[in-house]
Formats: sequence, C-alpha cells, structure tokens
Amino acid sequence: MARDSQAALVALNRFGFGARGGASGDFVNAASDPRGFVKAELSRPNGVLLEVPGLSSTAALGKAVFDYQFEIRKARDAASKSGAPATATEGPPQQASPDARVQRRNLSLSSIAKDITAKEPAKESAKEMAMQTAENGSANATMTPAETMQPSAAKPPQQPLNIIQKTFRAEALARLQRATIADCGFAERLVVFWSNHFCISASKGPLARMWAGSFEREAIRPHVLGRFADMLQAVEQHPAMLFFLDNQQSLGPDSRAGVNRNRGLNENLAREIMELHTLGVGGGYSQDDVTSLARIITGWTYAGRQGQLGTPGTFVFNANAHQPGAQRVMGKIYEANGVAQAEAVLADIARHPSTAKFVATKFARHFTADEPPPALVARLRDVFTKTDGDLKALAVALLDSDEAWQAPLAKLRSPYEFLVASGRLLARNPEDPGRYLNGLNVLGQPLWSPAGPNGFADTNAAWAAPEGVKLRLDISAQIASNLADRIDPRDLLELVAADAASPETRRTIERAESRQQALALLLMSPEFQRR
Amino acid sequence: MDFCDSPMASATSRRALLLGGASFAAWAYLPKFARAADGRDPRLVVVILRGALDGLATVAPIGDPDYAGLHGSIALRADGPNAAVMLDSFFALHPAMPAFARMYREKKAAVIHAVATSYRDRSHFDGQDVLESGFSGPGRVQSGWLNRALENLPRGDRVMRALAVGPTTPLVLRGSAPTVGWAPVALPQAADDTAMRLAELYQHRDPALATALTQGLQLDKAAQGDDMKPKPGTNGVAAMRLVARGAAKLMAADDGPRIGALAFDGWDTHANEGGPVGRLAQLLSGLDGALAEFESGLGDRWRDTVIVVATEFGRTARINGTEGTDHGTGTIALLAGGAVKGGRMIADWPGLKLANLYQGRDLAPTTDLRAVMKGVLHDQFGLGERVLAEQVFPDSAPVKPMKGLMG
Repeated sequence: MARDSQAALVALNRFGFGARGGASGDFVNAASDPRGFVKAELSRPNGVLLEVPGLSSTAALGKAVFDYQFEIRKARDAASKSGAPATATEGPPQQASPDARVQRRNLSLSSIAKDITAKEPAKESAKEMAMQTAENGSANATMTPAETMQPSAAKPPQQPLNIIQKTFRAEALARLQRATIADCGFAERLVVFWSNHFCISASKGPLARMWAGSFEREAIRPHVLGRFADMLQAVEQHPAMLFFLDNQQSLGPDSRAGVNRNRGLNENLAREIMELHTLGVGGGYSQDDVTSLARIITGWTYAGRQGQLGTPGTFVFNANAHQPGAQRVMGKIYEANGVAQAEAVLADIARHPSTAKFVATKFARHFTADEPPPALVARLRDVFTKTDGDLKALAVALLDSDEAWQAPLAKLRSPYEFLVASGRLLARNPEDPGRYLNGLNVLGQPLWSPAGPNGFADTNAAWAAPEGVKLRLDISAQIASNLADRIDPRDLLELVAADAASPETRRTIERAESRQQALALLLMSPEFQRR
Repeated sequence: MDFCDSPMASATSRRALLLGGASFAAWAYLPKFARAADGRDPRLVVVILRGALDGLATVAPIGDPDYAGLHGSIALRADGPNAAVMLDSFFALHPAMPAFARMYREKKAAVIHAVATSYRDRSHFDGQDVLESGFSGPGRVQSGWLNRALENLPRGDRVMRALAVGPTTPLVLRGSAPTVGWAPVALPQAADDTAMRLAELYQHRDPALATALTQGLQLDKAAQGDDMKPKPGTNGVAAMRLVARGAAKLMAADDGPRIGALAFDGWDTHANEGGPVGRLAQLLSGLDGALAEFESGLGDRWRDTVIVVATEFGRTARINGTEGTDHGTGTIALLAGGAVKGGRMIADWPGLKLANLYQGRDLAPTTDLRAVMKGVLHDQFGLGERVLAEQVFPDSAPVKPMKGLMG
C-alpha cells in the first residue's frame, strides 16, 4: 500500500481534528488512503447528528428556563412586597436609577438569585458574578462565560450551578466528546464551520446560553450534509437565532400588535441574513431590501412561557405581529402569504449567485488558505449552484480537488481545533468541559460566544498573533506538566506526523531536557499547529 | 484533560478582560521628539467603539424640534430625573458621562457632531474597516491609518519595558510600524528555556510563528501592579476602566508608548437601548470611566494628551420598533485631554427634519471624520497635509484637516 505521510498530515490536520493517540492507527490509515480516510465519515447515516442522553430539545430547555425565570420573579416580587430593600447593583455607578422598570430589566438572573438567597456579596462566588456579567450582556458581548471564572483566593462556598450553566456545560461536553472520539473529525469540522457561519452568541443572555447547544444540534447538524436552503430556514426559524438578533421584538408597524403597542421593526436579523448568512456584502441587495425583508419576517418569533402562541420555546408565526401586504425584495414581489412569504424569500436568496460565491469563498478559505485558490472557489461555487446547495456535494468537491490537498499548511489551528487535537492525541476523552471552556476563553475563542454575528475570525492572522501564540505555549506547558510523565513524546510525534515530521522538530523534541518540555514543544510544533 | 489545572484555575484568565470587550495596543517606539527641549511630550489615544454608537443619544440635539419625536421613548431631556447636561443652548450630554461633562466645562473636551467616515452602507464590519484603515472604501485591511501615521513620525527608542503584544491589535494600529499591546493578568507561564527552544525551532521551520512568539514573550510586568488583577465580578463597565487604567499607567511612564489605541465592543443597540438609564447608559458610563482613568493615570502627562473617541457609523434618527435604533450614518466623535481646545460643540448641524435626514432615516453627516483625525495628527504631531492626504488617509486631499482642535 502506498504511504503518503504528507497527505496524511493534510487529511488529519486540515480536514480533521488531528490524529488520536493510543492504538488508533489514524496516521497510518490516513497515509494509506488520505481521501478515503476523510470521506469515510460522510457516508455514515446520521453521523453528524448528536443525540446524547440528557440533552433536551429547544422547547424543553425553553420551558425550563422560562420556569426558572418565573420562579425568580415570583420570589423577588414576594421579597419586595415584604419590604426588603431594592438591591439593584447595576446601572451607571455615578448615578442612582430611580426608574424602577428599567432597574428591573437590568437585574440579571444571578443578581436576583443573590437577592433571594440573601447572601452577603463578599460570599458570592466568582463564578456567579461572572455569570452575572455574562448575562448582563450589553457592554460585554464576549464576556467570559461563567465556566471560566474559577473562585479565587477566599474559596467562597460553592453555589450549585443553575439550570442555564448546567445545560451549557452538558452541551459543551457532548460536543467535545464527539470531536474527541471521531475517527477523522471532518464531519465535526463541518459542524463547527457551519455553526460559526450561522453563529449565535451565548453571551447575548440566558436564553442564548441555554439554547446555544440545541441550536447547533437542531438547526445546523441535520443539514451539514444536506441542503443549504434547509439549513438557512432552520436557522432563521430557530428560537435561538430569533432571540440573538432581536426578531422576537420586531413588529410589523401596520400589524395589529404593532399598531396596538405602537412599536415596529427591528432590522437586525434581516440585515444579517443578507450580509452574513447568504448574499454577503456587495451581494446585490440595498437598504430597501433589508427593510423589506425585516417587514416580511415580522411575526417570526418563539412562544413564551404561557404558550399563548404555541408550545413554549418553539418557533411560531405570529400573524398578529406580521406586517400585512406584499413586499418587494431584490426586484421580486412577494405576496402576503403568512409564514410562507419569508420562506419564499429565503429559498430564493439561498440559490442566488451571490450566495453561492459567498459560501464557496468562505468554505474554501476555512479549509485551504486565507486567500483561497480562485480555481477552487470557482469550482465550489459551481457545485453549489448546480446541486442547488447540496452541502455534501460541496464537501466532496473540496476533498476531490487537488488544490485543497496541495495548498501549503499555512493556517494556524483555531484555539478550538488546537485544544481538541491535544485531547485526541493524549487520548483523554473529557469528563468535564470546564478546562476546555477555560482554555478557549484564554485563547480568545469562548465556546459559542463570538463577539459579533459575523462569528470568530477564520484567518491565520487572527490566531497567529503574538500574545495568542505565547498563551498557547503557556497552555501547552500546563498540559505537559500534568500529563507528560505517562507518555513518550517521541512516540507521540510518530502518531502526529511520522516521517512527515521535519528533522528540526524531531531534533527539538529529542533534545528536550524533560518529557514535559518535549511534550510542550510537540504541541507547539508547526506539525501540530499548522493545518 | 488537565489543560488548565489548579494554578490556572485559581487565576482569572488574562484574556478575560480583553474578552470583556476591551483591548489596548500601542506603538512600540517613542517618537524622537518625545523628550524635546520644550518639555511638550504629546500623547494620543484613539478609542474605537465597535457596533456603531448612537450619537443622537450620547450628545442629544435637544434644541432641535424634531429630536424628541424621533428618539421617542429613549430621548434625553433637559429636565426631570436623570436630566441630560446642557453643553450649550442646543446640545446636551448623556447623564452617564459626568467626567466628560466636567472636562468639557474645564475646556478640556469637545464634541464633533454630524460626523461620519466616507462609508455610506451599513455593515458594521465594512464600516469598521473604513474607520480604522483610513481608506475611503472597505476591503483594505492590511494596515490602519494610525499605524501609517506612525511610519511618518521620527522613530526614537523602542519601548522596552516588558510589554507583551496584544492578541487583538485593532486594525487602526495594524501595519508595518511595530506595535505592542497589553492585557491584564497572567497565566502561569511556560519556562523560559522551553520558550527559547521553541523560538529556535520556529526560526528554522516557521518564521512567521517565530516573530509572533518572540514578541509575545516580552513580558507585561510594566503594566501590572497588584491593583491590576481583575476582580471577580468584573463587568463590562469595570473592564473598560481597568483596561484604560493599565493603558494609562503604561503611557504615563517616561519610556512608555506615546500613541495607543483601544477598542470597546458592544454598542450595537438594536433593542431596548434605554434613555438616561439602561443599556447604552451603562456603556457610556464605562467609556466615561475610561476617560477618567486616563486623566488620573496620565498625571502630568494629561496636559499634552488627546483622546479621540470614534465609531464606525451612527444609528437611525428615529427609534425602531423595539425601543432601539438600527444602523445609520452620522454620529459623533469626542475629544478629551489637556491638549484639547475644549468646551466646544463643533457641528454644522444639518437638522432632523425628514427632508434633511440622510436617505430619510439617518442624521446626515456634514463633517468627514478624517478631517478630525487629520487635525489631531497635525496639531499633536506636526504631520503635514500632504502626508495626511496621501499616506495616512489615501486619496483624501479634498478633506482638509480641521484647524484649531488643540489649544
């Protein structure tokens, strides 16, 4: 059997999450049939779905968080009736905020919980306070999730995790375990790519944090090897996205609800659908098209706790909030047709040539180079168009291309790829997501929490910045100091790169003064960091 | 896996504060004239507010008859609880910014209103690119205008005292002039010997990573006193103050950087923006705190300092259907610092009548933001009009530097 070590490196690192340690034989298998090794994952039925005991549907999670919030409200109201002093701690520090309504809105769940349990502030755990800031979510779109903030110094009594924190950690753990045990990891890499393309941010608020994992399981995964148009519709109708980009608040100005409540449009989701999800900037739409689409998607919302519109936590079309009448988007008239009016727009822009180009470029950039080979982009665009957005065909076309295998391994692994690859190599299936979540925060890629709706950066420059590299080294040294006693880094180098390892890397590892140092250097070597 | 076992678990992450929506980076050199005989030692801080600041909510044209109707439930008022602070008979400052109000009274702060970059579409990401790159259109992301300005300054000593390069240098300061950055707190660090070995491997195998690592290894002791450890519960407002405090401490040092840039995230107030209190008020309070930190942290150096606050574009003049504002055009820029000829509202006010709004929805820009930046660079560092029009802000000759911004 032919052995192509360089191609094995590409198969494992560019397309997958890196070789697994132990007796996996990943590198040898990838070297004997690089393309087949990567493609194998695509043919497993339901291989991209993540169905793990203990993970719940968005509706069930929604109900849980609504109930949780309701209980807190109830307790707070009871407390205020009994004359307990208001203890709002937020709002501009320089001033009091006598407007009680606003004050209430600014209270985060955890600060409310704190009020209820009447703990003195000094006893409050760092974790909880971090949650408070994360949930407060305005100044700090990327504020560190609670999971990263460990109690320091005074060792306050550990508060039990609330339902939101527990859910987020369970979702994170399931995703990390799947990525760690996957054979090659190509399918999981595709999930991460599409999840970032259609990102939400858990830092938006409690609901987004609660739904971050179920959003990916329900709106992304079922379509990763399916059709783009289906993924698009699933995403834009998912409660997490509707919440993240404010659409549940947007009312048709002439709808019954809009007139009654004297409220109206919010363009946020409509703009990002066009700019970030489909057509891309310069993709041929105008401000008027954004506004039209915003009108058309009014009424796209989710049912709340009381379920007047439907099952709590599910997508519903609220005709009362929907702007009546026909609308023009990019030159085409869409007649009033309830929920189908916007579905028709989404279906059309999903197969717009600008979308094909935008998606093909991003896809090629992710897997090959910041400036992807134009011929590859053109081919992917054509495949996308000809197959009506078949994402499996898109992935296969990428793997069948020569460019994707020949482009130099010039991109740096993202922090998520780096941490998962480390776990795989060291054959450690995580039992607790905290350390990964912490590492991701340190390295600037907090899980499911990008700073903006454009997701995390996907360029080499973004991750190869000086402090980022230095922090990777610090983390590699930490990993090594804990684990190196049990392994021989020289053996690991064989699993990572075999004879594709450069003589310099080999020598550096062999000459290291300790196993710990050798492992840290291996984890930082170009063979492990570049893809 | 034990990535981050006990030692790190007990330390708040270094990146936590950056993730709190704030970052700082600075030029790696002192300009040569920094210790010139006349004792003037100018400093410049550029603060980028990402997400598009609602200028009409921050410095409200209360005297404009159409303002209250357009800004509706979130409009500021000159009377009642949480009244806005009148800056003149027409404009009023948001009540969450008492430090800026005081600086304005002391004639150390100024506001430029109805300002915008040359960008007229409404994508954050393109808008930020234009704001920070200094080019007239999007897509030029290799270098920022502040970095190109630095290239035209006489380069002095390198800022040596132990700076780590930030992972998130804002585009405005990105480019060939070397920069340094700083972020609070530290992880347990890898041993020096390990780092040196890795640097050597990179030099043979991966020159780009070699450069990054070498810069990253310069430690950040200078900025870090005990008071710089982030406290648990640090929120966005506190994070803004904390980063500003650290940046001020660095920039106050005799051998510290003279020119730096910060970026604060989170200004995209589509829903429930709030009026005198609420979401935007909290952000503005953080910004105000950051300005105050610079004032106190720079000490005597505040006298020669200018801070410029800018954002990629403004927001709609009329509030949207969710008590927020959507992406717009004209907005404000703020100047603060001892070098500012302050106490002034600088605005060629276009009015808020429907016919006067840009595309019937946004505050129409009447001042090009580049004119402000050019004026600052000219007054503060003596950069000539030609360099400004060709190198710093390419193809911008028709946009003349605003005169007399500095005292």
